[in-house]
Amino acid sequence: MAAGASGQGQRLALTAGVLGIIVIFSLLPMLRLLQEVVLPKGAFSLAAIRAGLGDPTAWVAARNSVIVGVGGTALAVTLGAFVAILVTMTDIRGTQILILCFVTPLMIAPQVTALAWLQVAGPSSPLLHLLGIAPPIGTPNPLYSPGGIVLLLGIQYAPLVFLILRAGLRKLPRELVEAAQATGARPLRVIFTIVLPLMTPSIVGAAALAFVSCVGNFGIPAFLGIPANYLVLPTLIFQRLAGGGPAVLSDVAYLSVLIGLIAMAGIVLQDRFAKRRDFRIATTSLGVEPYRLGRWRILATAGMWGLIVVILVLPMVGLILTSLVHGYGIRLSMETVTLDNYRFVLWDYAAARRAFANSLMLATTAAVFAVIVAIPLGYVMAWGKSGWIRWLNFAVELPYALPGVVLSIAALLMFLKPIPLTGIQIYNTVWIILFAYLARFLVLAVRPTVNSYAQLDRALEEAAEIAGAGLFTRLRTIVAPLVAPAAMAGGLLIFMTALSELTVSALLWSSGSETIGVIIFAFEQGGDSKYAAALSAVVVAITFALMLSVNLFARHLPDGVLPWRD
Amino acid sequence: MAGLTIRNLTKTFGTFTALKDVSIDVEEGEFLAVLGPSGCGKTTLLRMIAGFEGVTSGEISIDGRIVSSPDTDVPPSDRRIGIVFQNYALWPHMTVADNIGYSLKVAKVAGPERARRIAAALALVDMESFADRAPASLSGGQRQRVALARCLVAEPKLVLFDEPLANLDVHLRASMEDEFAAFHRRTGTTILYITHDQAEAMALADRITVMDHGRVMQIGTPEEIFHRPATGMVASFISQGMVLPATILAAEAEGQCPISVLGHEVNVRCGDGDGPRDGARVCVRGPDIVPAAVGAPGFDAKVRRVVYQGGTARIEVEADNGHGATMHFDRPDPQTHSAGDRIRLAFSGGWLIPPGDA
Repeated sequence: MAAGASGQGQRLALTAGVLGIIVIFSLLPMLRLLQEVVLPKGAFSLAAIRAGLGDPTAWVAARNSVIVGVGGTALAVTLGAFVAILVTMTDIRGTQILILCFVTPLMIAPQVTALAWLQVAGPSSPLLHLLGIAPPIGTPNPLYSPGGIVLLLGIQYAPLVFLILRAGLRKLPRELVEAAQATGARPLRVIFTIVLPLMTPSIVGAAALAFVSCVGNFGIPAFLGIPANYLVLPTLIFQRLAGGGPAVLSDVAYLSVLIGLIAMAGIVLQDRFAKRRDFRIATTSLGVEPYRLGRWRILATAGMWGLIVVILVLPMVGLILTSLVHGYGIRLSMETVTLDNYRFVLWDYAAARRAFANSLMLATTAAVFAVIVAIPLGYVMAWGKSGWIRWLNFAVELPYALPGVVLSIAALLMFLKPIPLTGIQIYNTVWIILFAYLARFLVLAVRPTVNSYAQLDRALEEAAEIAGAGLFTRLRTIVAPLVAPAAMAGGLLIFMTALSELTVSALLWSSGSETIGVIIFAFEQGGDSKYAAALSAVVVAITFALMLSVNLFARHLPDGVLPWRD
Repeated sequence: MAGLTIRNLTKTFGTFTALKDVSIDVEEGEFLAVLGPSGCGKTTLLRMIAGFEGVTSGEISIDGRIVSSPDTDVPPSDRRIGIVFQNYALWPHMTVADNIGYSLKVAKVAGPERARRIAAALALVDMESFADRAPASLSGGQRQRVALARCLVAEPKLVLFDEPLANLDVHLRASMEDEFAAFHRRTGTTILYITHDQAEAMALADRITVMDHGRVMQIGTPEEIFHRPATGMVASFISQGMVLPATILAAEAEGQCPISVLGHEVNVRCGDGDGPRDGARVCVRGPDIVPAAVGAPGFDAKVRRVVYQGGTARIEVEADNGHGATMHFDRPDPQTHSAGDRIRLAFSGGWLIPPGDA
């Protein structure tokens, strides 16, 4: 009886803990944001909405957001789907390394991508100078345009589409394709009439995700749009907040809800579309046998490598070359090459040193917190039986599914005044960024952990229960060791994402609480591309090193937790 | 002209040999079943015939044309074959009619003609009223009918069946067996039918190929396979035959050889010209084991187990000098034996497994 009672108690404590975390990191910020828009100062009012509706700049930014969102999504889906089909359904050479390279842009912070491309395409591009085809100094960089934003958003999020579609393709039972082959259908016909239609849920889901990411992206439109005065909602919010401070908070709260709505529209549309027809694949079987490309194989492999060179190697080379020159427009040669920029950002410049310390602390804390929380959270979400689990999942996904700007504004609203009862003030400190990171990135560890639970035989835990182990003992000794690899892989993803994060920290930083992302952004805005490039190159190197070192023990991880590995 | 010819086919995956020196001739219009336990290589064989797997050595020709050899690899889409899959492989995003019409669309058959042929195919499998339904809304048997219609609408030269009844319950199996037999009668198509169920193979096939460990054990009519198994594996795989060591006492005469098995002398059927040799083995089945009176020719055994099966019981016995090997036979009610009883038995016949089988 006593054991039963304590079992009940532990279960209650677990549920309460999980709920507490969800409330603090997901529900409270969102409710606070909504309150600001419709219930400012405790009284119902549509004034903020009315003011927003009458704001022409907001409408232009919203229209621009939709344009680059749709454009970026279209490019990401086209590119991602094409590569997924080519890499998964044919016998192209070097699949693993191709995947690693193609997925890498997703791991690189958007503002670093933007910066790198600017170095390649601009009139000061050392690469174009090396080749002698640089446009004359003084002409605008062609990437400072909506087209440039769409191009980079497409490249940034094509890996997202690729990964989702590849996972779907690998689950496609081979009989469905073979039945079509046997009827005499050629490969392209099979792909267009069987494979792609069956992949509709994956493609539409990936498109929705890409759309939300494009609309919420700050780094790319900040680097490419602000110089051309082409504002999207996140950059408009940034500018207003930078100019007006906390006074304009309820104004930007409306704007952030607007982004949230646009993002939601994408998700709702996806849901409607996916339900139109029956795409359920009932059977499981071996994966589809790849098409033999024959003499096209070399050509396809070369083409893929060409693509990798364009989307990954060229920008990175551009970035590194810029980081090695003394100043704007100086031609790179044996005489002008220098490591001064690296010395400056790593040693001489105090704010950059501080930013490194802050970002490392933030990324590590967010990752460790998420891993520790993901295990009990995943337990309740994957193995719980209550009806509210669905809502739990929704609540955990929300801060990540919504654009980062939304969460940032919510965090500002929550912490502008000292925390009630305690009087602690975290506004204008690094801790408000930490709060936002914890809320936003938690799901990145929860998702793989829940998947890992789903692959786990519950009998393992039940056997421990029969043996007399209480809930917390079971969690600690049986469950945690089994799902820990997945949670830790998620934590690693969080670390890499948070290390050079910009969207959230651009709105929440203050002097002393700079992050690496903020410093890169500040360098670029101040015209110091060489320093921005040097700092970016360091971050990219860290990201690469992490990816490769994790690859070394990837064999010990469950399937599918590392996005760049099968 | 041969419908399907397989010559010295070998397939290796790395160090694993999935098929070894397999040769099979399937006459045009013949229904050939490939029977074997799981892992015997029968599915690999089917996938190679369909063109989904390349060959390591040997060749496959369909309708007189070489489609697979180490240098030739005609893609599946050019082989003019039909396949009926174990899991039906109906495309969930298409209606029943679209599923069936797909191959006609690929072959650019014009709309009205296509509609006519889809309707005809649906009628053949009694599914006319289901044309606009989604595959997910059909039962297992109905799905298999649609899969069959999809396959026959293209009028392929060769149809491959990959364990098509394995996912259906026992009652449906019988009716689908009838369906397949009717399909074969009506179309006269050459059929290669993969299965691990011997009853299915016996009921449907003109000839059966028994495979084990990637090799062909025997090819013959169902009667030959049953009555004259070529190897110990075939003997024990088909109808739970028992294989016992025997001594051949004299040369064959009129298809029979006198042998001694378990110390019991008996005449059994044998191949032409068989005679005394080392390592001879005899195949006996339940009906070949009969009770014997005390003192009459036969052998003594102990009843190990009696498994009542309703109307009959399966009696498992261990012969006194059988080195622990158990045998079994069925007895109708009333049951008089129980475990531990002593019993005297005799063989009423058997088949001497021909030489050459290790």
